[in-house]
Amino acid sequence: MKAYVLSTLTAFALSTTVAMAAGHCAAGKTLTDGKFTIATGNPAYYPWVLNDAPESGEGFEAAVAYAVAEEMGFAAEDVVWVRSSFDEAIQPGAKNFDVNMQQYSITPEREQVVDFSEPYYTAPMAVLVSPGATDTAPTMEALKALKWGAVGSTTAVPKLMNVIQPDSDPLLYGDNADVNAAMSANQIDAALFDLPTALFLSAVMIEGSKVIGQFAPDETDNPDHFGMLMEDGNPLKECVDAALGALKDSGRLAEIEATWLQDTTGVPLIQ
Amino acid sequence: MKTPKAAGLTRREIYEAQQRRRSVLVASTSTVLAVVALVVLVPLTPGWDKVKRSFFNADVLVDTFPKLLDAFLINVMIFAWCAPAIAVLGLLIALARDAKSPALFPLRIFGATFTDVFRGVPVILTVYLIGFGIPGLGLPRPWNSPYIWGSLALILTYSAYVAEIFRSGIDSVHHSQRSAALSLGLSERQVMRDVVLPQAVRNVVPAQMNMLIALQKDVSLLSFIGPVEIFRQAGVFKSLTANFTPYVGAAIIFLAVTIPATRYADYLMAKQMKERR
Repeated sequence: MKAYVLSTLTAFALSTTVAMAAGHCAAGKTLTDGKFTIATGNPAYYPWVLNDAPESGEGFEAAVAYAVAEEMGFAAEDVVWVRSSFDEAIQPGAKNFDVNMQQYSITPEREQVVDFSEPYYTAPMAVLVSPGATDTAPTMEALKALKWGAVGSTTAVPKLMNVIQPDSDPLLYGDNADVNAAMSANQIDAALFDLPTALFLSAVMIEGSKVIGQFAPDETDNPDHFGMLMEDGNPLKECVDAALGALKDSGRLAEIEATWLQDTTGVPLIQ
Repeated sequence: MKTPKAAGLTRREIYEAQQRRRSVLVASTSTVLAVVALVVLVPLTPGWDKVKRSFFNADVLVDTFPKLLDAFLINVMIFAWCAPAIAVLGLLIALARDAKSPALFPLRIFGATFTDVFRGVPVILTVYLIGFGIPGLGLPRPWNSPYIWGSLALILTYSAYVAEIFRSGIDSVHHSQRSAALSLGLSERQVMRDVVLPQAVRNVVPAQMNMLIALQKDVSLLSFIGPVEIFRQAGVFKSLTANFTPYVGAAIIFLAVTIPATRYADYLMAKQMKERR
């Protein structure tokens, strides 16, 4: 086991095929027998997937995906990647993936329609501000006065409306890129993202922007646990959960997090 | 003709009554069959329960509908300021394309280019380009508002279509009327203003009604650049509940507006046909 923990991802990707034992948990439960089909976003964003190429196993979610697959008895080459939108993931009927990984927050409402694995990451929400608003204090009072934006399909929206309760109506967008555009056009002062995404956007995408604060994960009424999304009642869930449990116990999950997610310390808590 | 005859109905009247009964029978049978097919067969499909839960969830609808109605006010607002601007700009472009004087040739080129470009580019692209692009140049608030520039994108696109409809209206006024008016001593301007336009505009009212209906729906495209109108609000609810029912709710609200509007356009069209006959 120790060897596993220390093995690098490259070595893992190159590791030879582990033939799936007939009695294995996932046997006969996947879309295609012997293959593990994982969906990600289109495009998939850094730092979750690097260069929009999940096949490389680079990026946090891509790495977790391959680790889970290995834990479940699939070789790296038996992992098949497909792309899906949020809507495709929640539409009724058969899915074209076994599991879908694109920072899905687990919520009770969503769980009525689809199944989620155990969480593989817990992300605090963080505040990204435009270059013109970097001296805003990380206090609720100061945050209320800003002009807010967020991605409309994320749990950032209820957080924004219920916790921050901004003075003016927030503007909502379809994806991260559009929030960037709006921030670059100075149409919004601040936007709410999960912390890793916020750090990435401020470091790479929007020059001069800054992550001024994060919400403590425990204080949020809706802490963002990311889970793998599956079709409602998918028998594969127990296998995925077992694999994630094993990865947590062995410390491998924490190791992957340390490798791919930026150091998330040093961002002040919002008072 | 209508007075009843002592001998009862004529053979022709009997035949016509028969035909009427027959067509009523056929129409009602086929309607009943179609409804039965929908109401009985669709729920028999294996996925119906899931589809019903995802698209026609009464609880979700009740929870979200009032907020969708609130968001629809934003659509109405955007529509209310775009429609008049489109009418004016569309008419000006139509007139520019119709300019007869050689000195005004650049105006004609401008009109033609304008309609070509804005009819040819997908609305959403125009909304993105103008909605993010122009504010990106560094305009101060509130002049960089997505409401302003998104509306401008709609106005430009729709003016191009509306201008073409106005132009067809102008062309539909027979040339002899212009000649007649000119021969009475009216100037080109007077001819256009007092003779051609009043008839042209009247002729194209039903067609323009269709543009209004289309605009009413396309206002939702502004949601891509920020405004939380009904489509975005429904999308937010969809994501939170992982349920498509809010979209169905939005569709109901749209239909409540567009169906009366379409019927009115049909009525105008029928009335016009009658008048022309």
